[in-house]
Amino acid sequence: MSAQQLNIAAPRSGDIDPKYLRQSASSSSNREMFKWLFMRISGPILLVLIFVHLFSNLMVGDGVHGLNFGLVAGKWASPLWQIWDLTMLWLAMIHGTIGVGTIIDDYTSKDRTRVGFKVALYLASVAIIVLGTLVIFTFEPCMTDAAGNLMDNSPSFCFNQ
Amino acid sequence: MSTATTAQQSPPAEKKSGRGTLYRGKEGMWSWVGHRITGVVIFLFLLVHVLDTALVRVSPEAYDAVIGTYKNWYMALGESGLVAAVIYHAFNGIRIVLVDFWKKGTKYHKQMLWAVMILWVVVFGAFFVRHMMLVLGG
Ligand code: HEM
Ligand code: HEM
Repeated sequence: MSAQQLNIAAPRSGDIDPKYLRQSASSSSNREMFKWLFMRISGPILLVLIFVHLFSNLMVGDGVHGLNFGLVAGKWASPLWQIWDLTMLWLAMIHGTIGVGTIIDDYTSKDRTRVGFKVALYLASVAIIVLGTLVIFTFEPCMTDAAGNLMDNSPSFCFNQ
Repeated sequence: MSTATTAQQSPPAEKKSGRGTLYRGKEGMWSWVGHRITGVVIFLFLLVHVLDTALVRVSPEAYDAVIGTYKNWYMALGESGLVAAVIYHAFNGIRIVLVDFWKKGTKYHKQMLWAVMILWVVVFGAFFVRHMMLVLGG
């Protein structure tokens, strides 16, 4: 055997026959670069958003005992917490979806399996992002029942109106 | 220079398998396994968490009933497990960003992993003590 016969191109060298690529080389590498950067930019922001979220809900006052509808109503009365939660929702969901997508790519070798898992992942993610966003924007602190009476467990400030 | 000497010293078996490099075997790999598992756990939690928070659109009573089940000691252990995962994933994530963007990141990746472990013990320890005191005291 001559040395030349053993000279097999390494997969990462970019000489892969296009028929073995899942997408065209340039579009897939741009997308990979975007995902790579997004993980590294959203990560540090999420650290701040989530640590403050956990601290304000579990560490101050009565901690977990203080959590109820009234507390959420009080927080979402302020645009600061609305924007806080909205940013946290979107960044965490996109970061998590990209992350889980990478894991699916790593552990599925058959195209059909991979596409199946990914479609399920994207559908679930979009549904949760839409639901979470609607919940923040349509939140109503003083809900009434069909007869027009305030519902049980409504926060006390609703009764003073 | 120092990298060249360490490469020479590592036994041939390690070279062949890729063990002892930045990614495979040893600390580099276990920190990555931990990062993966915690990432998936947090993601699954978040899916459920948005659903339970959405109960505020159903009725105040429905929300309070579900949140009320979070307030006993065994759920508190579950919440602590989640927070332990979040703290590890967050600090190790910052380490990954530093390895990739900071000039000396690859040189100090081991020291930074120690920093992650120490910070994890301190921050999670403080959280756990306070959280359990609030749960059991109230
Ligand atoms: C056991 C720990 C946790 C508790 C007790 C908790 C509690 C709460 C509460 C009471 C709310 C209502 C609004 C507010 O307080 O701002 C909320 C909303 C939210 N939480 Fe958490 N949280 C926890 C962990 C997390 C984690 C780890 C994340 C991120 C991965 C997160 C992400 C969110 C998001 C995105 C919302 C807004 C949901 C929506 O848009 O409907 N939470 N959480
Ligand atoms: C708290 C702040 C956070 C930081 C600093 C952070 C940072 C990172 C970084 C740097 C990566 C590596 C990406 C790569 O290797 O290309 C990553 C991966 C990942 N993250 Fe996060 N993240 C955070 C929060 C979250 C949250 C809230 C979730 C879930 C909703 C999550 C889920 C994941 C997943 C599933 C991966 C993929 C792991 C893998 O490919 O092995 N992370 N994170």
